[in-house]
Amino acid sequence: MPDTPVARPVFDSSAPNPYLPQVATVLDVIAETHNIKSFRVRLDDEQAWKDFSFEPGQLGQLSLFGAGESTFVINSPPTRKDYLQFSVMRAGEVTSALHGLKPGDKIGLRAPLGNAFPYKELRGKNVIFIGGGIGMAPMRTLLLYMLDNRADYGDITLLYGARSPQDLSYAEDRQDWLKRKDMRTVLTIDAPSEGWEHKVGLIPNVLTEMAPSPENSIAVTCGPPIMIKFTVQALDKLGFKPEQIITTLEKRMKCGVGICGRCNIGEKYVCIDGPVFTYAQLKSMVNEL
Amino acid sequence: MKAQGKFISRSALSAWLAELSARFQVWAPRREGLAAPSSAGAVVYRPFDPAQGSDPELDKKPTESAKRVLFPRSEALLNFQRGAGRDSLSLEVPPSPGPTLIFGMTPCDAKGFLVFDPVYDGSGTKGSAKDVYYLRRRAETLLIARACAKTLSTCFCHWLGGSPYSGQGADILALEAGREGFVLEAITPEGASLLDSSTLQSAGADMLEAAEQGRAAAQASLPPAPDIAGAPEALRALFDDAAFWRDEAAHCLSCGACTYLCPTCYCFNVTDEHMGMKGTRLRSWDACMAPLFTLEASGHNPRPDKAARLKNRIGHKFSYYPSLHERHFACVGCGRCIKSCPSGVDIRRIVTDSLRQTTGAAKPAPAAKEKRHA
Repeated sequence: MPDTPVARPVFDSSAPNPYLPQVATVLDVIAETHNIKSFRVRLDDEQAWKDFSFEPGQLGQLSLFGAGESTFVINSPPTRKDYLQFSVMRAGEVTSALHGLKPGDKIGLRAPLGNAFPYKELRGKNVIFIGGGIGMAPMRTLLLYMLDNRADYGDITLLYGARSPQDLSYAEDRQDWLKRKDMRTVLTIDAPSEGWEHKVGLIPNVLTEMAPSPENSIAVTCGPPIMIKFTVQALDKLGFKPEQIITTLEKRMKCGVGICGRCNIGEKYVCIDGPVFTYAQLKSMVNEL
Repeated sequence: MKAQGKFISRSALSAWLAELSARFQVWAPRREGLAAPSSAGAVVYRPFDPAQGSDPELDKKPTESAKRVLFPRSEALLNFQRGAGRDSLSLEVPPSPGPTLIFGMTPCDAKGFLVFDPVYDGSGTKGSAKDVYYLRRRAETLLIARACAKTLSTCFCHWLGGSPYSGQGADILALEAGREGFVLEAITPEGASLLDSSTLQSAGADMLEAAEQGRAAAQASLPPAPDIAGAPEALRALFDDAAFWRDEAAHCLSCGACTYLCPTCYCFNVTDEHMGMKGTRLRSWDACMAPLFTLEASGHNPRPDKAARLKNRIGHKFSYYPSLHERHFACVGCGRCIKSCPSGVDIRRIVTDSLRQTTGAAKPAPAAKEKRHA
């Protein structure tokens, strides 16, 4: 008896090509530290740029044709639409090539990708940001979004640390954050440095000393894996429950749309199920960070 | 019910494929390396050349899967050209190959595309992206499977709901009718329209009878299959059992042959190749068995050893994929990973070991207990 036919998936010739980047122009390049640069870019197509929307925490893939494509968080907030900002730490082939970009250069952009921070659910809550090194980039988009909608949120606290004063990014933002009366900003570096007026100490230790209350609070953290590990332990001791801790993950990614099979943690794909996860979600997933 | 359909003699096969070549780019299995009658060499899927008209290899199971026809080893996603500085950039998507037909693929290879489909169609996961390259080829490609008259000791399609005489996923199933030729059974309307050819004869009662005998014999040749329905949970439970995975991966050489030959391994890499200002963005097969697959620029690797990588390959096929796609396994039981593994890693043994190791273990089948290298 002939087998039952199985329907082929439908090919819709009008479906967008998920691998085709849009052409964008670099508007500005900011040297943040010795190995981090921020790039401000804008789509060339006026209509596409007008229609472009994203949520804080979503990703973009930057293409430098000939070198390749890599994933970065959009670290400017959706409330500021003159450009999209990406901060790139020089680490491998693509990021090294990206560091050679100048204003006026053309790049490819695929965005937005992935999920976002639960910025709506955070309304009315106190939010504690804990960012380490380049991990400040994803914090920045949510922090600026919240500052642009300040009345919607409770207390805002930022703990931002890096190895040395020279490793802290976003100098202009930092001046503003330190000055503002509607948020508390604590900066820390790992070892004493001449002229440094802020904290000295590892992020989890400074956090413990700050002792933020878990009451009606959410902690948002991003940084190197070792920092996250000890930060989560510190938050746990302070009484934060796993669902009160939010982080955003990085993985080696290629397609960015859940097909190429590279960024999975068990059955979850960081590119589509993430990059933002609560610690409660991470605990329910296989242990393969 | 008996098979109905058309009949084609072995001697007329090339003429029919030549006829189809006018409408399709035809692919068929061909022996490469050492020539017949030697049993050495490899059977690979290649474009059928109507000018040469050589008969396809239909007696020996292809060494590789047919996935390369819909998912080429390497394909251009787009061509780019940039200005002398970086002040201009133009992107162009290459055309698709057009109507294609695969003749003589194994039933497991036809079923392999059913594993690709929901992933590349963006269904069943949070992603909704459509892989337009795959989907266009899939829509434009007809599949003629040939039933397996003989099964190999490494075949286990029946563990996964398949059978050597299944036409699941194919448009036409060709059943061997003795040595004379094949009975062609239409499965889809597209398949039926292909059978409307004067090169084909109506299948006589004797031919249909011979095809039925072959079907029964092939099915009977497979040992009983164990119940592996609990594999997703068993593998999940063993995720942190380092000793289990160290033992299972002990012989693995991380060569990746299993993934290259697999009809369901669909992972890929994206890279750029360029010459001066012009270049191509390529999508190429990649494998989670390769150490570089997950290595990050920082030096961190979430799967730092071969045990972690083998665990991901088995976990994906028998646990993660089923949890996303209605409990279907991402394995069709073709057995190529077992047959071509240089060090005797047996995916059947890993799955049955995982069930045995955890509570609610299924009884393993005799075949799964065998070790190729004692």
